[in-house]
Amino acid sequence: MSIEKFLNQSLSNWMNGEGPHSDIVLTSRIRLARNLKDFLFPTVFSQEDSKRVLEYIEKIIPFLNEYPLKNIELLKMDQLQELQKQVLVEKHLISPNLAKESLNGACLLSENENISIMINEEDHIRIQVLLSGLQLERALEIANMVDDQIEKQVDYAYNEVYGYLTSCPTNVGTGLRASVMMHLPGLVMTQQMSQLIPSINQLGLVVRGIYGEGSEALGNIFQISNQITLGKSEQDVLFDLNGVVEQIISQERAARETIRKTSEVQLEDKVFRSLGVLTNCRIIESKEAAQCLSDVRMGIDMGYIKNISKTILNELMILTQPGFLQQYAGGPLRPFDRDVRRAKLIRERLFLERNK
Amino acid sequence: MLCEECQMRPATLHFTKIINGEKTEIHLCEQCAQEKGNLFFMNQSPGLTINNLLAGLFNVHPNFNQTQQEAVQHNELLQCNECGMTFSRFLKVGKFGCPNCYLTFHDQLTPILKRLHGGNWKHSGKIPKRAGGSLYIKKKIDILKETLQTLIEKEEFEKAAEIRDEIRMYERQLQEGEA
Ligand SMILES: [Zn+2]
Ligand SMILES: [Zn+2]
Repeated sequence: MSIEKFLNQSLSNWMNGEGPHSDIVLTSRIRLARNLKDFLFPTVFSQEDSKRVLEYIEKIIPFLNEYPLKNIELLKMDQLQELQKQVLVEKHLISPNLAKESLNGACLLSENENISIMINEEDHIRIQVLLSGLQLERALEIANMVDDQIEKQVDYAYNEVYGYLTSCPTNVGTGLRASVMMHLPGLVMTQQMSQLIPSINQLGLVVRGIYGEGSEALGNIFQISNQITLGKSEQDVLFDLNGVVEQIISQERAARETIRKTSEVQLEDKVFRSLGVLTNCRIIESKEAAQCLSDVRMGIDMGYIKNISKTILNELMILTQPGFLQQYAGGPLRPFDRDVRRAKLIRERLFLERNK
Repeated sequence: MLCEECQMRPATLHFTKIINGEKTEIHLCEQCAQEKGNLFFMNQSPGLTINNLLAGLFNVHPNFNQTQQEAVQHNELLQCNECGMTFSRFLKVGKFGCPNCYLTFHDQLTPILKRLHGGNWKHSGKIPKRAGGSLYIKKKIDILKETLQTLIEKEEFEKAAEIRDEIRMYERQLQEGEA
């Protein structure tokens, strides 16, 4: 497959690098957890129950025809190949749990991939809206439109005291998880992240790395999301999250300026070395690729590197994951071959930029 | 009854395990139940950290541990009649089996919810149009009444009249619904 064709097929709308504060906020995500009144939750239901839930949802799909749900496509997990599922996971459109463990799991996907509705995950219905940049309100607005259309057709499990009932009590109430993916190399380099995380936690928000294991955040990419879903309105949750995110943005900007002032040569050196690695590598592991991509993106945002579009971080962090690499290669790859493929994909992608 | 696992100590905890809708009874002593519980968490997929946190809450908080102990001893009485979930089982897995569990474990739930949600135990967000029924209409009326008040203060009487009609319509709907 040619790189142009691969990119065309692989890129989602939310990777376009637009939207407010998109130099630091990569994406905004809203998730609403909903359940059907007359069915057991997926945590305990039988194969037969799960089938009935999916059939029920399939019956209402023709009625989900208003904006923003025109032309949605139903993908059933047991009809997809492993690699196709892995690619959906790497694009954050479905959860690993839905891909691997669900009974009659499925996903309703909008054409531009901004909306995905998971069926039979931990809850019967999980509506997800993913937009680029800091656009939580807009994402919530879209999620609510989807929610309202579905509610016209089904009976939700809802209770006046507890709100929307979910299989896990950590989601009960609004069922809302709002999260923002942020690129924070300045705060990591100036070693402020370790102090920042506990203070964000104290505000009832959760910070974690998206890529990589444990406390390590590959590519200096962090996800910040709300934890409380009960006793706070959707608008209040967004207001609080936005406040913290905006504060982190200004701290990140300040950190970058500090680095520019105190050690500009070292910064330029780091940025251009990383660009050198990415343009010339023949073998590269995901960890090194993530670090170099982060450096280059920071170099673009701070004006050192010109003529390369800032979307390369968003794009290549996703497209250099194992599933995508194997799809690009057209078949399974051993870990070493993946590192070779990854290097090739990155070089080709950067070459496209030069010839633009 | 002896513990199924060690066959030595008396079984004090009784679980109903449901896998793909099939119920199995398990009778364990406290030590073995503890071990099984840990094992269960080890086997869970990595995405379930929030549930580990839930489990952590029960273990860490001293008062809570006590409530847990008491609740566990009464667990036979406390079982959801829709899905068969017991309270002790819920404490292990951190998840409910069906909407009715929220009613069954209502009394036990409040302290748990408060710890999970920063002291909150009552929903104050979106109300669905259909499932929310009269509640949705009541909230709508409240909002309209506020709008009406501001319009009157601003002396925009024409708009105020429209809003008043709308409020009347909703109030009529409410009466019809309750009749
Ligand atoms: Zn035993
Ligand atoms: Zn139940």
